[in-house]
Amino acid sequence: MMKRNIGKLSAVILSTVLFWTMAAATGSAQADGADSQEVTLRICSWEEYIDLGGWDEEETIDLESGDIIGRNSMVEDFEKWYYETYGRKVKVEYSTFGTNEDLYNMLTLGDVYDLVCPSEYMIMKLMAEGRLTPLSEEFFDAEDENNYYIKGVSPYIRSVFEENEIAGEPWSRYAAGYMWGITGIVYNPELVKEQDASSWKILDDPSYRRQVTIKDNVRDSYFAAVGALKSDLLLSEEFRAQPDYKKRLEEEMNDTSPEMIAKVQEYLQDVKNNAYSFETDSGKADMVTGKVAANYQWSGDAVYTMDQADEDDFTLAFAVPQEATNIYFDGWVMLKSGVEGNDAKQHAAQAFINFTSRPDNVIRNMYYIGYTSVISGGEDGRIFEYADWCYGAGEDEEDVTEYDIAYFFTEEEDSEDYVITAPADQVNRQLSAQYPSREAIARSSIMVYFNEEQNEAINEMWISVRCFNLYDVPVWAWVAAAAVLGGIVVFAVRNVKRSR
Amino acid sequence: MGKLSFSRKSLGIPYALFLALFVVAPLVVLLYYGFTNGQGQFTLANLTGFFTNPNTLGTLCYSFAVSVTTTGACLLLAYPTAYILAKSKIRAKSVVLMIFIMPMWINFSLRITALKEILTLIEGNLAFYPFANAVIGMTYDFLPFMILPIYNTLVKLDESLLEAARDLGANETEAFFKVTLPLSVPGIVSGVAMVFLPAMTNYVVLDMLYNSTYIMGSLIGSYFAAYNWHGGSMIALILLAIICLFTLFTKGMEEENNPRGGALL
Repeated sequence: MMKRNIGKLSAVILSTVLFWTMAAATGSAQADGADSQEVTLRICSWEEYIDLGGWDEEETIDLESGDIIGRNSMVEDFEKWYYETYGRKVKVEYSTFGTNEDLYNMLTLGDVYDLVCPSEYMIMKLMAEGRLTPLSEEFFDAEDENNYYIKGVSPYIRSVFEENEIAGEPWSRYAAGYMWGITGIVYNPELVKEQDASSWKILDDPSYRRQVTIKDNVRDSYFAAVGALKSDLLLSEEFRAQPDYKKRLEEEMNDTSPEMIAKVQEYLQDVKNNAYSFETDSGKADMVTGKVAANYQWSGDAVYTMDQADEDDFTLAFAVPQEATNIYFDGWVMLKSGVEGNDAKQHAAQAFINFTSRPDNVIRNMYYIGYTSVISGGEDGRIFEYADWCYGAGEDEEDVTEYDIAYFFTEEEDSEDYVITAPADQVNRQLSAQYPSREAIARSSIMVYFNEEQNEAINEMWISVRCFNLYDVPVWAWVAAAAVLGGIVVFAVRNVKRSR
Repeated sequence: MGKLSFSRKSLGIPYALFLALFVVAPLVVLLYYGFTNGQGQFTLANLTGFFTNPNTLGTLCYSFAVSVTTTGACLLLAYPTAYILAKSKIRAKSVVLMIFIMPMWINFSLRITALKEILTLIEGNLAFYPFANAVIGMTYDFLPFMILPIYNTLVKLDESLLEAARDLGANETEAFFKVTLPLSVPGIVSGVAMVFLPAMTNYVVLDMLYNSTYIMGSLIGSYFAAYNWHGGSMIALILLAIICLFTLFTKGMEEENNPRGGALL
């Protein structure tokens, strides 16, 4: 009886499965065959990293060149735009990941996506493992009016993506930038001196004991620790005056020699005993509610934190450590497992990158998530206009300063078109986090992709920092544990004897 | 072979499928990763690695310390509460009991967030007392799991046994230690089992209350974040073994003390 039932059940299951696989097979066959069929584009990006729409009317960004507002989500708008522009239907399946490592594990476990948006080091890892499909030639054709990415990407970002290579190939062959930023310290100016916040040494500074948070991931912590440990060297005039300063800086900041790893471990142990906590997300709220005085932060989140505090009339500031700052990029890459051999899909994926790079969409995303886009707009002036709209001083303000961000917007050496007249305090507030100053960029270093051996070493170091070392167990604890164990044994033996 | 016997047995099929898919299959995967290395070859290195590394062993000790303290604190708070409640003459006992259980109806991370604010008010700066905070957070979280089983055993305690003890000359204290306490051991044991084991791994509480030291749960997570699935799986297996041992031990205690039946929860 049982057997027959199982037989029936499995027949039902099997037929359902068969039905769906067949349906899926015919579906994809059709998608490959005819252009008129709907393309499914599977995108995976960071949580809350794209405009989800639904803005109030009063949130309208009223630029002189026209109003910008996010009514629908960016994804819906893209689907509509794609149909209108190319006459083909696209269906976007949008999902999110929490960390680069999560994304990598998801991919390893067999999740399939067409377009993902990891950070630069994960892009390098995926590139090195040959998992990516290069962007097509059409994507770089600036003549095509719909190629908003290549027309609008900041010259500074473009040079970074072209100059950085992995396995002999530049990032730009596979990756289109999305958002970028630097790392720094958000601090409460009433409690922390600007000078102190401008050094990575604040993390283990005993005068701020239990008042500073640090990022809960090995790469960010490693960078900060190296910055603090090599502070003297990095700040020295001779080091800075070298002709190949930038290259030397990158070498120093990416030093993974065993001696350095050992020193970092020791340093981070101190930080663990001195800092408020390692945090992934809670630091922003703790900063705004005043639980901590300073907080190691990514610039995009720093903008968000300062905005939140401003709403409570609580002033926070942002400092970029003098030693060095970690510049990071998140970028779109296409996965071989998703788009390989499917031109329709690749076309849709690249169109998505272009759509999110259209200046009005860039502004919507920047407004919504607080990070800085890699797009400067090219001939379209709206992105600079937006920056000025956000941070420009009112006409009656007296204490103002000229903040030059031409490096980001133009290739011209002495352009004076990209200067924001901002309230003086913006030099170490939101503006300095949204568009870092030229000086901050000068001392920025990327953090490279570590090979497996290096990764293993720094991960082991990190776990050791966070673990409780057996040798740190105090003697009294051993004695107490032995007493308790002894007690249990005695009790058990007595019970057994009695029951006999 | 009536209609009924057919449906009753097949009712178990969904659960069997569930079990196979979500319990047995993951366990097999865990075993595979735990006993292989990066090249897919069989190895015991993950196992020996755990027991030779002072950091992983230290973390095990730290987890034990958090867990034992939490369990102790829960027991100290729960036993008198359950005792008073069970002995009280109030009619609406179930209402009072509900008040103790009510916190469980609120989302757990919300509760810990609230606790964080309260502790900040009391302590000023949370970060100075990481161990105490972890224990307080977990005690707060797991207390109902300790109260319920103890209350259940106490409330069903045969009153005539206590009367007999008093007739035979025992005073209140003696009656408690010689009758009530031994008879409530099954409740204590299941309460301990329900608090001790989750407290070893519930790292979310530690994270939220800013304890920067790993316990077993976070240690496993960190191995996976570092792409070391083999080491992570092995630690999960070791934890599983510890839990099995502990369950066997408590089960033995229970049966010894209450040969007629297990705990009442």
